[in-house]
Amino acid sequence: MIEASGLTKRYGKTLAVDNLSFTAQSGRVTGFLGPNGAGKSTTMRMVLGLDTPTAGDVRIDGKHYRDLKDPLRTVGALLDAKWVHPNRSARAHLAWLARSNRIPAKRVDEVLELVGLTGVAGKNAGGFSLGMSQRLGIAGALLGDPKVLLFDEPVNGLDPEGILWIRKFMHRLADEGRTVFVSSHLLSEMALTAQELVVIGRGKLIAQTSTEEFVAMATEASVRVRSPQLDQLRSALGRDGVSIRDEGDSLVVTGIDAAAIGDLAAAASIALHELSPQRGSLEEAFMQLTGDSVEYHTDIANDTAALLATGSVAR
Amino acid sequence: MTLMATERMKLFSTRSPWFCSVLAVGLVVGFASLLTLTSNDPAHVDLGLLLAGSQFGLMVVLVMGALAITTEYRFGTIRTTFQAMPGRTAVLGAKAGVVGLLALVLGEVAAFGAWGVGKVFGVEAGLSSSADWRAVAGLGVVFALSAVAAVAVGALIRQSAGAISILLVWSLLIEDLISLIPNVGDNIRDWMPFVSARRFLGNAGPDPVLGPWASLGYFAAITAVLFAIAAVVVNRRDA
Repeated sequence: MIEASGLTKRYGKTLAVDNLSFTAQSGRVTGFLGPNGAGKSTTMRMVLGLDTPTAGDVRIDGKHYRDLKDPLRTVGALLDAKWVHPNRSARAHLAWLARSNRIPAKRVDEVLELVGLTGVAGKNAGGFSLGMSQRLGIAGALLGDPKVLLFDEPVNGLDPEGILWIRKFMHRLADEGRTVFVSSHLLSEMALTAQELVVIGRGKLIAQTSTEEFVAMATEASVRVRSPQLDQLRSALGRDGVSIRDEGDSLVVTGIDAAAIGDLAAAASIALHELSPQRGSLEEAFMQLTGDSVEYHTDIANDTAALLATGSVAR
Repeated sequence: MTLMATERMKLFSTRSPWFCSVLAVGLVVGFASLLTLTSNDPAHVDLGLLLAGSQFGLMVVLVMGALAITTEYRFGTIRTTFQAMPGRTAVLGAKAGVVGLLALVLGEVAAFGAWGVGKVFGVEAGLSSSADWRAVAGLGVVFALSAVAAVAVGALIRQSAGAISILLVWSLLIEDLISLIPNVGDNIRDWMPFVSARRFLGNAGPDPVLGPWASLGYFAAITAVLFAIAAVVVNRRDA
């Protein structure tokens, strides 16, 4: 379990992480979601004791990272797949990591097998593709068979096959009872990968909930209706608790379910061309939630517009 | 011991320490061969001339020591290192220890190699006095301390080019050019670290400010201070 309380990191005048508190439970994949520059990587470096917090602290199973004995046996992490010496072979890279934490040398071959790098184990890591580097990084994270795993943007730059592989891998690790804490700026990716979400913006916590709740909380169930008699339909639906929004040639109606709209339309002899319940997407939920935090309103709205663009590409 | 073993694995799983080792020994032994072979009177070549190449060997050792840590910053492996071994002072100590030991071995191999080559080519200079022993066997000690100092400077500067420039310009130019300062220049030069190291090896001149062993102690003390500063800074700095 990872517990952060009041975590704060200040670089000069900029507040990279601002009084951030969250927990990541064991047996779950917890997504760490936020736009680029929200403070995700800084937070992860503080979890690993690489950066010292300006205030607050973060503990792993109740301990500070620096107090862990042979930390790779407790926490495995992949923060940046390029943190390897380009002229050192994949096996040599894992071998020194294993030696440093008194992990048996045969474990190196096991993790190489696990991530499918056995065939290139003797090759220099500098010649690896991004996907291979990513796998090597994951092999390093798994070396000590740790209970807690951290991954920073693990699917960045991967092809669809690699993304699918990582996603399944995360689920498997969580199913084995481990704590998996994975960051991403891709909302659509997190919806598929994470069961829990820690959402941050500008270094501050926006929400910590389950992924399902997160979507449900922010998106009201709505119904899209298309009709050649929109004006009549609008007046037929006009009553308390119902709100109607125009969207092109259709109406998006909230506060009343699809069946009731159909009945009302039939009673008023209005032809319907479409009557479809809408399910909220993670992007909409993110926009809605962050839109509420007035302090960041304009900034986050811009950020999310960019996010939506990247999100739709990733899908 | 685990830390030392880890740092040893890291050092020898890349090419540069092998390259530097061959270069350091090769330069010292190579110069000794060259000087004796081209000498008209090899029998009277003295130890000082025979070991003239050790200055070049020292440069290579400084480069090797600095690279041992600056490449970690260059490639981000320093973060992987501190993630695996959060005790930063111990990591820095282990690294300095491993690089220092390698430099010690290189210095001994180079010095005795040079002396042996001289013997083969007819140099008569023997290891008769304690000063002779200091000149030959002392080279490894000077290499070792220099390597530790280079690791410390590398840890402080974090960039290969910067750290190497400082080390080479300092040891090659600044220490000697400082004597150009009117009146006090020569006195300051006497207290420069690498000048002190050379004094230990036998380059004392008349009326030295420190004896050979005190000079070595002074050089070691400066190295220790540099290392302590590096350790404090590395612990306080974000990796």
